[in-house]
Amino acid sequence: MKRIVQFYINGFKEMTLGRTLWAIILIKLFILFFVLKLFFFPNLLKENFSNDKDRGEHVIENFIKSK
Amino acid sequence: MNEIVDLSLIDWSRGQFALTALYHWLFVPLTLGITFILAIMETIYYKTGDPEWKKITRFWMKVFGINFAIGVATGIILEFQFGTNWSYYSWFVGDIFGAPLAIEGIMAFFMESTFIAVMFFGWDKVSKRFHLVSTWLTAIGANLSALWILVANAWMQNPVGMQFNPDTARNEMVNFWDVFLSPLAINKFLHTISSGFVLAGIFIIGISAWFLLKKREVPFAKKSILVAAIFGFISSLFLVTTGDGSARLVAQHQPMKLAAMEGLYEGKNGAGLTALGIFSPTKTDPENDKLHDFIFKIEIPNALSYMIHLDVNAFVPGVKDLLNGNEKEGILATTDKISRGKMAIETLRNYKNALKEGRKDEAFQLKEKFMSKDFQANYFKYFGYGFLTNANDTIPSIPLVFYSFHIMVILGSWFLLFFILSIYFVVNNEIARRRLFLKIAILTIPLVYIAQMAGWTVAEVGRQPWVVQDLLPTVAAVSSISAGSVIVTFWLFALIFTILLIAEVKIMTTQIKIGPKDGGH
Repeated sequence: MKRIVQFYINGFKEMTLGRTLWAIILIKLFILFFVLKLFFFPNLLKENFSNDKDRGEHVIENFIKSK
Repeated sequence: MNEIVDLSLIDWSRGQFALTALYHWLFVPLTLGITFILAIMETIYYKTGDPEWKKITRFWMKVFGINFAIGVATGIILEFQFGTNWSYYSWFVGDIFGAPLAIEGIMAFFMESTFIAVMFFGWDKVSKRFHLVSTWLTAIGANLSALWILVANAWMQNPVGMQFNPDTARNEMVNFWDVFLSPLAINKFLHTISSGFVLAGIFIIGISAWFLLKKREVPFAKKSILVAAIFGFISSLFLVTTGDGSARLVAQHQPMKLAAMEGLYEGKNGAGLTALGIFSPTKTDPENDKLHDFIFKIEIPNALSYMIHLDVNAFVPGVKDLLNGNEKEGILATTDKISRGKMAIETLRNYKNALKEGRKDEAFQLKEKFMSKDFQANYFKYFGYGFLTNANDTIPSIPLVFYSFHIMVILGSWFLLFFILSIYFVVNNEIARRRLFLKIAILTIPLVYIAQMAGWTVAEVGRQPWVVQDLLPTVAAVSSISAGSVIVTFWLFALIFTILLIAEVKIMTTQIKIGPKDGGH
């Protein structure tokens, strides 16, 4: 286990181009999860209804109001 | 429902999904293909011990790393949109999508993250054999993780192995293997990954051609071209075969899409295959303004019938047969399907009302009726049509589908020839002298991306108006949110993805200019 951890630590330490790429990945993940997901992409059914029964009822109501 | 949903909301939501999916797909196919090419190159290094092959493998591994890092997680945005813009769709398909996407998440995380780390960090630290195995497993893992999302996509094109639950409004999986092993899922997976293999082959040949034009790294470039061209040629043959299978499956499950791909309005026995065609922008069929006349068309007689049914005289339905019905060929008119769909929705409505009003016996009977085999096969099968008001709503944009399909096929044919020429020139040691061909090789890189986008346009625009074929149209799948919020996030995505794309191109070109060298990752 220790060898595996050391393998990863050394790998990260020896990175050159990889550092830039990891920086891009981390910035991207921050924007995706802490900006977009949090402020722009709520899970509507999860947020507006407390349980699956109500969620299902809401979706069915939307389906059956079609004439 | 058509009347109450803001059409600009649907268009922007679709536009946003298309934008993110297409940007995401700029990164994915290279990853799918280049990992296998890397594995082949490293296998040669392992077998021969020639350090040149190690240098070659490490250079393309670096290119793969850049593409992977920039592209990773761009697909997550699609999942964000499911919950916000497409919540009704998300709920409707939830149980079917849940399993494949969960498997994908676990598989992608464990396989790719573990073995990619060994691939990049493990040179000279783990045994050559273990490193090689890790490279192969990264390639297999990357492609298998694509499998699950493609299974989910195939289910949307041909929903099987599920049962709709009228109490929850969700589709529940009743047979995992029907979903997983549906011919459409298998074919879609094979066609998609082989298109990624072709793209990676062309990408490597194009970059290697640049080195040859610059008279740099000549042995490296020639060896890279040799592997990429052979791999690309075999993949191209596979691509053609799976493309042929795909057309047959489309004819079976999505005949309107096939009619749009071919611009076939009147069904016929011995239908011809349209090799080339240009639509009139203004002149349309007198009875239907969605059917643009051809200004010019080259047709191969009987070829479409043969391609679809392996019978030169077989009947292939056109748009009009699918709209108006064709009793002789057993095709139900779209207006009949709309009536049956409305009946399915009406039955669901009556069931819910009976439940609400405490009429338990009536509710029980209505549910029995709804779940009966006969009702499922003759009414629920057309559930989605019940949301439509006009038969013409079932016609996708024919020019867009037709042109995309033909661009894909023409470019695909060029790629096959391109690989043959690449093999010929490199085997005969002429490649470095063929400067025009080398320039064309570089220009072929953007063409293969265009072919990818065209392919997805055929698959996704061609199935409009359906999000889930025949069961859920786009108009019923979209959430009741403001179009304004979708427009804001559309431009946000456009900005983020453009920055990522610029970063990819800049880092990639810098690394390519540096060229192959030993060490570093």
